[in-house]
Amino acid sequence: MSVFDLFKKKTSSDVAKDRLKLLLVSDRANCTPELMEMIKNDIIKVISKYMEIDAEGLDIQITQTESDGNNGTVPALYANIPIRDLKHKE
Amino acid sequence: MSEVIVVTSGKGGVGKTTTSANVGTGLAKLDKKVVLIDTDIGLRNLDVVMGLENRIVYNLVDVVEGNCRIKQALIKDKRYPNLYLLPSAQTRDKTAVTPEQMKKLTDELREEFDYILLDCPAGIEQSFKNAIAGADRALIVTTPEVSAIRDADRIIGLLEAGEMKRTDLIVNRVRMDMVKRGDMMSIEDVVDILAINIIGAVPDDENIVISTNQGEPLVGSDTLAGQAYMNICRRILGEDIPMLDLSGKSSLWSKLMSIFKKN
Repeated sequence: MSVFDLFKKKTSSDVAKDRLKLLLVSDRANCTPELMEMIKNDIIKVISKYMEIDAEGLDIQITQTESDGNNGTVPALYANIPIRDLKHKE
Repeated sequence: MSEVIVVTSGKGGVGKTTTSANVGTGLAKLDKKVVLIDTDIGLRNLDVVMGLENRIVYNLVDVVEGNCRIKQALIKDKRYPNLYLLPSAQTRDKTAVTPEQMKKLTDELREEFDYILLDCPAGIEQSFKNAIAGADRALIVTTPEVSAIRDADRIIGLLEAGEMKRTDLIVNRVRMDMVKRGDMMSIEDVVDILAINIIGAVPDDENIVISTNQGEPLVGSDTLAGQAYMNICRRILGEDIPMLDLSGKSSLWSKLMSIFKKN
């Protein structure tokens, strides 16, 4: 994303495109919301061992990303995990 | 060599029947011998769009169950002597026909016709499976809306799993004024998302409603949608036709500009 994109207003067709791209990847991966919830809970468990995270604000999605090889785009698990405190309270 | 083409979409109301009627009529206009089969058992539609609703005696289920010969059930079109319709049954349900029976039927029709077009019902149930059973290629109809595109993607997945030899996309009901405002996904956007070959785009043209009212497909007429459908037919025959400008404001100046842009 370039600096200019930040100032450009997102049109409704852009919104539709972005939503669809995400949706279709998870449709194709056949990932049920239950499965995603299980993955999410496990991630919270693992990361919480090392730092304090905001479990409410955690967001995971299956998206697409450019692969390092020549495979074009591949599915990727994207996790946005807000950290409350880098040091874990012992 | 004859070809069996299924027109499908997943979502209802995106224009499968209109597309079937226009592509079928267009191919007949191009001197091909065509039969249209309405595979939506229980919800008969293609006959009214073609304007042939008063001529039905036998239907698809009658043929499959052996109550009549294929020839008796085929309805000859009003305008084109090389165009026929095999209507669906109105009083039966989806389970009346099996995929094996459909395949047998299409194989028999191959001997007689150049193109066998199957108008598929919405959904991914029995009738969908029947319709794709004997098909060589599929035309997937979608509109530039999230729900229709999502369902189209699902259908593409199912066709791939069923080893359909060829699938092409038709983007229907495009409104160029909305695309220009950024309030409708463009044809390129839809192709980008679904990642399959596009065989044509059809504008949201009020002439479609008028032609359906009259029961006369508008393919080949002097309307934007009529031209778009004719182009699709020519591409099905293998001709290389450039995409139509759907904004409908093709002035001499813009034509000149497009020539310069190409070089």
